[in-house]
Amino acid sequence: MTEPNRKGDVWVIAEQNDGELHDVSLELLSKGRQLADTLGVRLAAVLLGAKVQEHAQRLVQHGADTVLAGEDNRLGHYQTNPFAKIVAGLVQKHRPQIVIFGATPVGRDLAPRVASAVRAGLTADCTDLDIGEHVEAHTNQKYENLLYQIRPAFGGNIIATIVNPERWPQMATVREGVMRMPDADVKRRGQITRFTPDLAASDFALKILEHQSAVRKVNLKAARIIVAGGAGVGSKENFRLVWDLANALGAAAGASRAAVDSGWIDKDHQVGQTGTTVRPALYIAIGISGAVQHRAGMSEAQKIVAINADPKAPIFAVAHYGIVGDLNRVVPMMIDAIKKRV
Amino acid sequence: MPYNLVVLVKQVPDTKRITGEAMRDDGTVNRGSLPAIFNPEDLHALELALQLRERYGGRVTVITMGPPQACQVLRDSLERGADDVVLITDRRAAASDTLATSYILSCAVRKVAEKAAVDLVLCGRQAIDGDTAQVPPQTAEKLGWPQVTYVESVEEIAGGRLRAKRSTGSGWERVEAPMPCLLTVTDQGPEPRPASAKRIMAIKRARSRAELQGEVAAAMPAATPEAVAAEVEKRAAALAAKGLLIPQWTLDDIRADLQWCGRDGSPTKVKRIQSVILKGSGFKKVEPTKEAVADMIHELIEDHTIG
Repeated sequence: MTEPNRKGDVWVIAEQNDGELHDVSLELLSKGRQLADTLGVRLAAVLLGAKVQEHAQRLVQHGADTVLAGEDNRLGHYQTNPFAKIVAGLVQKHRPQIVIFGATPVGRDLAPRVASAVRAGLTADCTDLDIGEHVEAHTNQKYENLLYQIRPAFGGNIIATIVNPERWPQMATVREGVMRMPDADVKRRGQITRFTPDLAASDFALKILEHQSAVRKVNLKAARIIVAGGAGVGSKENFRLVWDLANALGAAAGASRAAVDSGWIDKDHQVGQTGTTVRPALYIAIGISGAVQHRAGMSEAQKIVAINADPKAPIFAVAHYGIVGDLNRVVPMMIDAIKKRV
Repeated sequence: MPYNLVVLVKQVPDTKRITGEAMRDDGTVNRGSLPAIFNPEDLHALELALQLRERYGGRVTVITMGPPQACQVLRDSLERGADDVVLITDRRAAASDTLATSYILSCAVRKVAEKAAVDLVLCGRQAIDGDTAQVPPQTAEKLGWPQVTYVESVEEIAGGRLRAKRSTGSGWERVEAPMPCLLTVTDQGPEPRPASAKRIMAIKRARSRAELQGEVAAAMPAATPEAVAAEVEKRAAALAAKGLLIPQWTLDDIRADLQWCGRDGSPTKVKRIQSVILKGSGFKKVEPTKEAVADMIHELIEDHTIG
């Protein structure tokens, strides 16, 4: 788009759909708060919806200094064109230096549309963001206080750090579940600016005829303990071991992609790059070799126990406790030990 | 009513087959060492286009941007039933990020539309090398068209409007979009058909000029540039007579403004690439015995991880 606005704010584009505020918005605020404090600027959230007041206050309680809250009855359910038009218009008017979106289906539909409209760079599906300097190799020019947009690429085999040295704002989508979700501070005060977006009927050219949300049967992100099984479990029948250990611990059951692809457990349980990213207090990996795509989704767990017959399985590299052995013998031992203690 | 359909496809390294040999010592990926394949979700987009053509009539034009060897996905598209293909190849397009790429592709779609208005552009949801899913929405924005992402099926096209079912991640939507518009298709889209054996025989010899250039230069190492050029022209004319010359466009052909292409047109720069290296921080080894397992559980209870 334009010249860098070094005094510009850090923006989080909050996601509200059918009246629900998406968790990723609160996760982004915690990272956005760090970035804004490092840069010494304000953190603003943009919220669009049919009703905004209640969620705008939650955004303040989770770290926003200001909230730009656009209200219109037609914005209750997401669709690309009106949302992109409003966000692009706000970006052009207020010139934030950083704009971050959740890398949700909505965020990944919206962010590229906005980036293209304001001709800014955009990095998809970041797993971390930071502020730092950069020297451009072929001009030797030095830039300070750039946004490092850190993301896996090439099927998770490399980690790339992307910067936008000259054309701002610096925009990124950020994966769900990788940033911490802070607790609300109900005493926190901020400035909420409500506005009515300027929208024409032609902005709603797309008609949503029908929509349905499937309720997720399992909420892995909220689980304190996850017991997950992989290819090494061997069969659907044997997956009972994973469930038994999970039940003994009051834990959620997780799975690697291999186990899901084999049909042993529903896809809602999949942990990893194409599943859910989790950071539980305890993650027990049973018969999971630990492909990079799986580790990307669970390596931030506070404690990891790995059980695998192969001592060279990559899962051991991220484990805190490693048991090399037959899971059919080890898992019942664990269940036994847990039952005896409690 | 027949529709003019354009499918944007990409040749990608098969990242599922990445091994240690594909990584250079400096941590960068040696793309050349990986097999190049048709981006999987783009095949679903092509299949959807072919099915719409079979239902309503029209033409399917497949466009790819890349080096000469990217023609392989164009031959593959022809073998599966595409009517026309185009290679966008130009050194000045190298190092394009998603913004620059979408600009170039939008120029190519406009060029196709000079002959007959384009009704629909179809793309795979995302490519497996970058996994960004950004180029299709950015291309739609540059064309000023609506987009429908994560499409699983198209129910009907009537009265200049298209009805599709799309995934929303947590469920689905049925939407109606005015045309022209752009769709991104997921792997839940229609199952790609195999190439027709008859078409394979006919099309395996199809080449672009860029490929002929490489082949002739390799076959005539001692020849002067003029002699090579003359031979390329001769072979191109022979292929064109049989309808087997793959058209090739440069940035000039699609009237792209160079300031929005390649390195200059790309706001994002790669600062650093790191191979994913296992932490190897060392873990506490627990023997697979009752006592050792019970001790571990005890430790986890003691430090309040369990309970």
